[in-house]
Amino acid sequence: MSSQATVHHDHHDDHHPTGIMRWLTTTNHKDIGTMYLVFSLIMFLLGGIMILGVRAELFQPGLQLVKPEFFNQLIGVHALIMIFAALMPAATGFANWMLPLQIGAPDMALPRLNNWGFWLLPPAAILLTLPFTLALFGIGDGAIATGWTFYAPLSVQGGIGVDFAIFAVHLLGVSSVLGSINVIVTILNMRAPGMTLMKMPMFAWSWLVTAFLLIATIPVLAGAVTMLLTDRHFGTHFFDAAGGGDPILFQHLFWFFGHPEVYIVLLPVWGFMPQILQTFSRKPMYGYKAQVYSLWAIGILALVVWAHHFFTVGMPVPALLYFMYSTMSISLPLAVLFFCWIATIWKGSLTFETPMLFAIGWIVLFGIGGLTGLVLADVAADAQYHHTYFVVAHFHYTLFAGGIMGIMAGVYYWLPKMTGHMFSERLGKLHFWLTAISFNLTFIPQFFLGLAGMPRRIPDYALQFAEFNMISSCAAFVLGLSQLIFVYNIISCVRGGKKATNKVWEGAEGLEWTLSSPPPYHSFTEQPVVK
Amino acid sequence: MFTQWFKNRWMLLISVLLSLHAHAEITWNFPTPATPMAEDTLHVHNKFMLIVMVIFLVVLGIMIYSIYNHRKSKGFKAAKFDGPSNKSQLIWTLVPFAILLYIDFILMGIPAYHSVVAMEDTKTNADMVIKVTGSQWRWQYEYMDGDAQGLKFVSNLKTSEDEIYNKTDKNPQYLLDVDNHLVLPVDKKVRVLLTSTDVIHNWWVPAFGAARDAIPGFLRETWVKIDKPGVYRGQCKELCGKGHGFMPVVVEAVPEADYKVWVEAQKVKLAAAAEGANKEWSKDELVAKGKEVYAKNCQVCHQANGKGLPPAFPSLVDSAIVKGKIFDEQGKLLKDSHLDRVLNGKGVMPAWKSVLNDVEIAAVVTYERVDFGGMSDTLQPAQVKALR
Ligand code: HEC
Ligand code: HEM
Ligand SMILES: [Cu+2]
Ligand SMILES: [Cu+2]
Repeated sequence: MSSQATVHHDHHDDHHPTGIMRWLTTTNHKDIGTMYLVFSLIMFLLGGIMILGVRAELFQPGLQLVKPEFFNQLIGVHALIMIFAALMPAATGFANWMLPLQIGAPDMALPRLNNWGFWLLPPAAILLTLPFTLALFGIGDGAIATGWTFYAPLSVQGGIGVDFAIFAVHLLGVSSVLGSINVIVTILNMRAPGMTLMKMPMFAWSWLVTAFLLIATIPVLAGAVTMLLTDRHFGTHFFDAAGGGDPILFQHLFWFFGHPEVYIVLLPVWGFMPQILQTFSRKPMYGYKAQVYSLWAIGILALVVWAHHFFTVGMPVPALLYFMYSTMSISLPLAVLFFCWIATIWKGSLTFETPMLFAIGWIVLFGIGGLTGLVLADVAADAQYHHTYFVVAHFHYTLFAGGIMGIMAGVYYWLPKMTGHMFSERLGKLHFWLTAISFNLTFIPQFFLGLAGMPRRIPDYALQFAEFNMISSCAAFVLGLSQLIFVYNIISCVRGGKKATNKVWEGAEGLEWTLSSPPPYHSFTEQPVVK
Repeated sequence: MFTQWFKNRWMLLISVLLSLHAHAEITWNFPTPATPMAEDTLHVHNKFMLIVMVIFLVVLGIMIYSIYNHRKSKGFKAAKFDGPSNKSQLIWTLVPFAILLYIDFILMGIPAYHSVVAMEDTKTNADMVIKVTGSQWRWQYEYMDGDAQGLKFVSNLKTSEDEIYNKTDKNPQYLLDVDNHLVLPVDKKVRVLLTSTDVIHNWWVPAFGAARDAIPGFLRETWVKIDKPGVYRGQCKELCGKGHGFMPVVVEAVPEADYKVWVEAQKVKLAAAAEGANKEWSKDELVAKGKEVYAKNCQVCHQANGKGLPPAFPSLVDSAIVKGKIFDEQGKLLKDSHLDRVLNGKGVMPAWKSVLNDVEIAAVVTYERVDFGGMSDTLQPAQVKALR
């Protein structure tokens, strides 16, 4: 089937529309992948600007720049954008670009679905942010102000921002499920002859687990926010005790999605990261099978630990113990992955180009995120950590370092392949060091703030927290500005630069490196055979 | 203006960085524990932090060794292995996991088990029970048994708007100060029941190691047994709307004898307030008192000038409800009247029935009618009392 499709397309190569119509109607996996990645970058900058507003307000005690209502909107929309519109689309963008190349397919299996999956995102982003603009014209009272977690009854009480966010989440969810179906079908049906499952690139495995998690959990989120919508407008009482409901039910439903979600955004990174480490170590990937099994183990465990996000609501002791021990047990497969990553570079012949710098930095910083997560699993201590800046620091080590910095490693790794040009190594390295250092300066103080007792999601704080907040705010601005180097480097790489070879990196292995840089519009006109 | 702003911040930053060492109040860890639970938590935390730091440093050390020695620029030739190649290697790779298993489920798991059981045991040997009710954005405390039974009061943030908006200097307890704080005896196990009237809040005092959600329509519980007299401060830590950063928890722990004295004093005050409900108040008295009550309880939403923040919080100025009749011809309370709204609330507007006393309710309603509605009648505390 796939070879037929290739033949068909070969004749039509010059006929595809140009200009805006090309992007609106494209079914080409690389075009769509590019759109996902560009969208992700734009949203990353937008979410970053929002949170810099927050950090400016938190620069010193007292309210200076924003009102508390607006502050709450900024943190919630920041998080929704970063997770749903920056991290997830970046991972899907890579899946689009690289999966067909890595498994020797001409395109994704369901190209029209693919187009649709992407074009649901911009409307969702608009829905999320539109209430900010509407409020300027006196309509409604701004965007969702409940944090990204939508907790009822606060969200039942909230303004139109909540409704907008609910619809945005629906669109984002549909987009993710469509993307996941496409990934599963592509991976299972379109691999090159000879590529058995156990010969698949790790990235394909990790996306398979991701897609499985998305399909398992997005419907639960969709159900939860729909129940919220009917509670808000149609008189149901799912989350209202006065009508026989339970506010904590919402938290269970939300985190049944929300916990797997953190793996959904991280798994794709765990997929390509070993490939990067292997490339710059010039040595085979360590423990391929162990990694595949660990990915699945984590995927499955991710579905059964959700209540560790709300230990303090009050639960029966057996439930507390169960969620504590099951959470701790995730550390085992995760440790297997860490072991394999480090064993991959051990006794390699290492060089430190920008992707490798990000990869090494990523192991260290994501390690901090993982270890603090282990500590958070302890129910008794969690009563102290929960909802303080300690948690904020922890999840930025996983989401910013583990997620975004991982994605950045991927961008630098594949950018020459995608554009056909080398980027500036000098700027790439500068970007890495500035990011790594200012990231730590932003978030290490937040660990101490949390321990000292500063709750999260507060627009103003007691005087004893002033010093650390000030350091954190300053570093956050450096962190934010450093990302402009990234943007500049990408743009100039797209525009031109030293020509990239097919292989790009000396130690690169895998099908994507056998194609030209950039690859032809239709990736594999002839299916490669894997021995 | 903006450059000036930045310049000021720069100076501030530099002075802060210089003083970082000198500041005594900067803490790097949990505050000094004041209860057995906090003691336990601190202990557990220190131990686990030590363990994970050791793990981190060992792994980092291995990585640094590798990064330093196994580089191409030093001519290091890559090995070819992609997994353990013989039995002894396989066993060696399992060692780290055995250690981790031991750390997870023995070293950390067993003490954690005991902590959880102790934390959840609110009832054994409990000496007294209090109830904490969260409302947007204040705490209400009620003593459920013993001498103090029936005692109840509201605890509001004391920090002024001027401090928050940087118009005056901030006092040292900025954002952590309340008008009426909870008073508890030391060395007594206090069972704390929690609930809420609107959204979820979380009652938290770091020095107690106890944090528990207050959930509307449900009771949750935790306990504290404070071992040293002193004033302990904390904050709400569940996002509960725009005032979330402004609902501190302040608890004063006193020796038992002092506690008894305090309880008696409170009871006298309560009796005086009840007395006040019976007497006839003049309009000026009510308006003056009402202004106070309004500033403390209503201003956050309806604003000082009564104009609110529409559409979220309606204006009271010239509002039909504020100007409207309160009682019908038979002297029954009209539904959706001014007093009905204040007593029973609606949607986001809290019900004040169980938060404010008769005098306070009569006063604030009179104040609103006079100052915002341009009316001249009064509502007497006795009329409110009659409705209870
Ligand atoms: C948490 C914010 C909040 C606080 C605090 C609050 N209110 Fe309200 N109030 C509201 C909201 C919201 C409404 C509109 C309710 C509705 O009609 O749905 C309202 C409505 C009212 C109304 C009716 C106005 C009208 O025209 O509809 C009165 C009177 C009133 N409040 C008095 C008070 C008094 C007195 C206090 C203090 C004791 C107070 N409020 C404190 C939020 C608040
Ligand atoms: C420039 C980099 C970033 C900075 C300085 C930053 C800073 C912050 C701050 C100050 C908060 C508010 C904490 C609070 O008051 O509770 C926050 C919340 C959050 N951030 Fe970030 N952040 C950054 C990037 C990211 C990224 C990349 C992600 C995820 C991909 C992310 C995910 C979140 C989440 C999930 C929240 C929780 C919001 C909530 O309370 O509902 N952040 N961030
Ligand atoms: Cu989780
Ligand atoms: Cu709160």
